[in-house]
Amino acid sequence: MLTDTEPAAYDLTTHRQRPLIARWGIAYGPALLIVGAFIGLWELLVRALNVPDYLLPTPSAVARDFSTDHGVLLSATWVTLEEVLFGFGIAFAAGLALAIALHLSSILRRALYPILIASQTIPIVVLAPILVILMGYNIKPKLVIVALICFFPIVVNGVDGFRSVDPEFVRMMRTLDASRLSIFRRIEFPTGLPLIFSGTRIAATYAAIGAIFGEWSGSTSGLGYVMLQATPNLETARVLAAVVILSAISLLLFLAVSLVERMTIPWARIQQEGA
Amino acid sequence: MTASNAARTRANAKAHGEPWIEIDGVAHAFGQVRALDRIDLSLEQHVRLALVGPSGCGKSTLLSIIAGLTEQSAGVVSVGGVSDARGRLARCALMPQKDLLLPWRTALDNACLALENKGLKRAEARHRARPLFERFGLAQFEEQFPAQLSGGMRQRVAFLRTLMAEKEVLLLDEPFGALDSITRGQMQDWLADALKQEPRTIVLVTHDVEEALMLCDRVAVLSARPGRIVSIIDVTIPRVGHRRAIVTTPEFVRLREQALEALEC
Repeated sequence: MLTDTEPAAYDLTTHRQRPLIARWGIAYGPALLIVGAFIGLWELLVRALNVPDYLLPTPSAVARDFSTDHGVLLSATWVTLEEVLFGFGIAFAAGLALAIALHLSSILRRALYPILIASQTIPIVVLAPILVILMGYNIKPKLVIVALICFFPIVVNGVDGFRSVDPEFVRMMRTLDASRLSIFRRIEFPTGLPLIFSGTRIAATYAAIGAIFGEWSGSTSGLGYVMLQATPNLETARVLAAVVILSAISLLLFLAVSLVERMTIPWARIQQEGA
Repeated sequence: MTASNAARTRANAKAHGEPWIEIDGVAHAFGQVRALDRIDLSLEQHVRLALVGPSGCGKSTLLSIIAGLTEQSAGVVSVGGVSDARGRLARCALMPQKDLLLPWRTALDNACLALENKGLKRAEARHRARPLFERFGLAQFEEQFPAQLSGGMRQRVAFLRTLMAEKEVLLLDEPFGALDSITRGQMQDWLADALKQEPRTIVLVTHDVEEALMLCDRVAVLSARPGRIVSIIDVTIPRVGHRRAIVTTPEFVRLREQALEALEC
């Protein structure tokens, strides 16, 4: 939501909305400025202090690596992207389904909720190699790891979201002859949507990390594999280039979820404008 | 009670003006706190009753019990000859103080909730709700979202939503309590007019004596917790002409005094 940028998006003297570029500048300018300053400082310090490339390459050296290594990086990116997207998709579907099931059945909730939380205390780092041994050097263990990391925030936010309904709505619906399913469909599910999207955005930032864990535990391709190969060869610029791509994947996934949220919950904007 | 028995009771009630809502020795407690103390009331079909009392006297609880949403600790409540909670729930529609409109539905779609709950398709439900918007002064507002409507308009939509449930009994829990006094007056006139077109058996909870006298045929005054009925006032004011003219008639002033006096003891 863009509430905090709203006052600035309007010119208070003319009450007219500013042009799109100006609004984007106001919204994203400060962050871009800090990132730019950070990269500039990094470049300067590494050059001034004569830090060797294998310890810490300059940002420009990382950028150069994109052109020299683009074949390796591109094919690795596709592999990792596939793991991230499918794993995330599985997590979303399973997380949403499980949240609905836990919400509608108190027996299931009592049976599964503690197990669900306990499952999150098992470190994925330990679990990943076991999954690779079980499932082999293919995409499957990566999908499982990504899904395992991502589905938890979706389930927890879903269950909390469905339960956050004002009980007065439920009473009102009951006198309007609503069935249990109708109350869920027409009241609880829409009420829970914003929280589900919060959980999904958190999950979106975890997905790439999950894919890397999976690849580190056993793989023959992908960005994680590229990092593993480059590190002992002291090709630090290539490692950092892979990191940049990973961040971009996470960021794009996050933005995609936010976009879907805006399209799915149009009433949130109407409420703001109406208020 | 069997179904045919219930049907006969209902037919009798219609024919003879016998009690439609019967409350017999109802008491209720929340844990150690006694909320209601032996309430006896009976109400014929299409009669409008106001429950007036100090806050916390259990009047909303009584409404919730009539609706079948709360199970009373003691006593019997029957609506249309049926006394189990599920049967009462099927005969009553509740309109709470908060409009409780769903922000993701337009005004028209909010009014359609009850019909959709009954299994009607959305288009069919909208088709049936639309004429009511015209009749009750809400034309042009069908496609507005709740956030775009004023407080008074929202309460009108909430009332239509309650009406669309097609229930014999409407339970109104301080429906205009959150509105400013000017809007509240307008809404009372609007509701009186709407009920003239769509007569229903009404139980109205309010703390506004004037509102009770303007809208209802009978006013039950409740005491402070635990709520008991201290007085029942039959409202015999001819409600014709402007509201300012009505509220200044000697009869209205006398009944208001009577109600306020009952509230004090």
